[in-house]
Amino acid sequence: MTSTNRAARSDHRAVEKLPTGISSLDNIAKGGLPKNRTTLISGTAGSGKTVFAVQFLAAGIAKGEKGVFVTFEESANDIRANMRSFGWDLGQWEEEGKLAFVDASPDPLIETVEAGAFDLGALLARVENAVRKVQATRVSVDSLGAVFSQFSDQTMVRGELFRIASALKAMGVTAVLTAERTEDHGPVARFGVEEFIADNVLILRNVLEDETRRRTIEILKFRGCDHQKGEYPFTIVPNGGVIVIPLSAMQLSMKSSSVRISSGNKDLDEMCGGGFFRDSVTLVSGATGTGKTLTVTQFLQGGAAAGEKCLLLAFEESRDQLVRNATGWGFDFEKMERDGMLRMVCDYPDLSGLEDWLITIQQIIRDFKPQRVALDSLSALENAGTLKAFREFVIGLTSFLKHEEITGMFTATTGSLMGGDSITESNISTLTDSIVLLRYVEMFGEMKRGLTVLKMRGSAHDKAIREFTIGKGGMQMGRAFRNVTGILGGAPMHVSPGDVERVWAQYDKAIDRRRPETIPGT
Amino acid sequence: MQPPGPACPVCPGLVASHLRLPQAEGLLSKYLLTLYVTGTSPRTQTAIDNLNRICTEELEGRYELKIVDVLENPQRAEDERILATPTLIKELPPPLRRVIGDLSDKDKVLLGLEVRPRPNNKPPASPEAS
Repeated sequence: MTSTNRAARSDHRAVEKLPTGISSLDNIAKGGLPKNRTTLISGTAGSGKTVFAVQFLAAGIAKGEKGVFVTFEESANDIRANMRSFGWDLGQWEEEGKLAFVDASPDPLIETVEAGAFDLGALLARVENAVRKVQATRVSVDSLGAVFSQFSDQTMVRGELFRIASALKAMGVTAVLTAERTEDHGPVARFGVEEFIADNVLILRNVLEDETRRRTIEILKFRGCDHQKGEYPFTIVPNGGVIVIPLSAMQLSMKSSSVRISSGNKDLDEMCGGGFFRDSVTLVSGATGTGKTLTVTQFLQGGAAAGEKCLLLAFEESRDQLVRNATGWGFDFEKMERDGMLRMVCDYPDLSGLEDWLITIQQIIRDFKPQRVALDSLSALENAGTLKAFREFVIGLTSFLKHEEITGMFTATTGSLMGGDSITESNISTLTDSIVLLRYVEMFGEMKRGLTVLKMRGSAHDKAIREFTIGKGGMQMGRAFRNVTGILGGAPMHVSPGDVERVWAQYDKAIDRRRPETIPGT
Repeated sequence: MQPPGPACPVCPGLVASHLRLPQAEGLLSKYLLTLYVTGTSPRTQTAIDNLNRICTEELEGRYELKIVDVLENPQRAEDERILATPTLIKELPPPLRRVIGDLSDKDKVLLGLEVRPRPNNKPPASPEAS
């Protein structure tokens, strides 16, 4: 959206956006929340409404914009205590005059009897007073539904809330009003609050899917301005609050490098047409024992040898196992660690949700600033969330790596030993730039290992399936399996050399006529 | 909410200062009432009229009434955590009681204020004889 175009087309000025300062929310909201308007934040219990409402103010205070928090549900004291774990010291902000509370939570000690008609004029006066007192530009109201339970006359409450919403608009503040909903996919909010604050609606969801919780945020509507559509996963982390994981927004700004880096194995570099591209992500797929961890180890070794810092995220093996394996192949992980070239993060994938993993990994990468990141294996993470969450995790991690210009390598385990595909592979193969397949090949009563570069975005590469052996020094590439077919399918079949030569001669003739120097991206 | 000041030894949650007044014998049954209103709306006027009538009829000579306009004095409303107007607060005698509304329902007002019937009067719940 270009504001100049809109302004030229219409007499009215486009709705201004207020950058909230909440990580990535501004991204999906295309600039922020509509300025000087009220936005309804609707969500079920436990969907993160209060955290969002407080964070909206906290992010503003960080930018020098003062705020007022109106609470109808939890007491101001509870909120002050609960928000401390996010690193927000509300009490201090109050002392500094950056924040004011309007505590409208029910007080169990005060007994109230209704005797005749009334309105919420005192509440409005208090809100206006608080806004004036700290000169607030942001107001959070949490939550509207709780007002309805305090009074018996719901029509009156509805009318009064409308009056307060209008007053907030008139005061020129940008407000966030939270409301409950009973279902994650149902009516916008209870008590019909959306009827009077329907300009902008943002929905927080916390859905139980396959026994895992998945949080998403969706901008349902922004009247008069643009926003990204659909649900975006988010997570709530200590010392950070709500972190939205933007899937599409990040990919737009991705650069592409043509610098080649070594995979750590000369032969594999050659097969890839000179090495992996910097800021590319490679998927190494194969059955257990085919050499995925070795490929990763080589990749890290190659990085350290070239003076690049490497990060290994291991979800299958412990640190000791990894070090022992590497030593067996002739690589000294412990020395690399001592030199500060390698960091190993070994953890159980089930310890937290995939969204949390993504945030954690991003944090580790920001701290350590590696040039290479290897993840072994993605398949271990597959079960930490739903398929959709898994895919989003891979998209999020891939785009983050590219954004930071880091070379990545992920491994995926295939289910069957002899071939076939894996869930991991089929779900993420389009997201990675290169794919290296490792396969067992049965020949004359002997198991051999085969490797092929299946895909190499933006580069020519060796199409052959090559035999390789594993020994001291890592992977030794051998000849191509020229007289075998059906390796990738998992059913290798021997073909007589005569047949092979005849077929290849025909192919070679055809290919010679139109051999491209580089193969465009798949 | 934790009220400011030392806690009252008799009434949990209340401030000790609310016991300050009824030391003298004659003040024991004195009603201290505060009515919070917004501006000079018709509803404000109705509430004031209703309250005056109830006080005259039921509390003659033993009440003290203050009226606070929250538009002029929003901090008072903040301190007392008042949402609705009109709100009538009975500060004395304890316990603290609140009645919200324009006070047109006299029985509920008396119930809410826990006004005990005068010794020579009929119970407050009975309809007024005119």
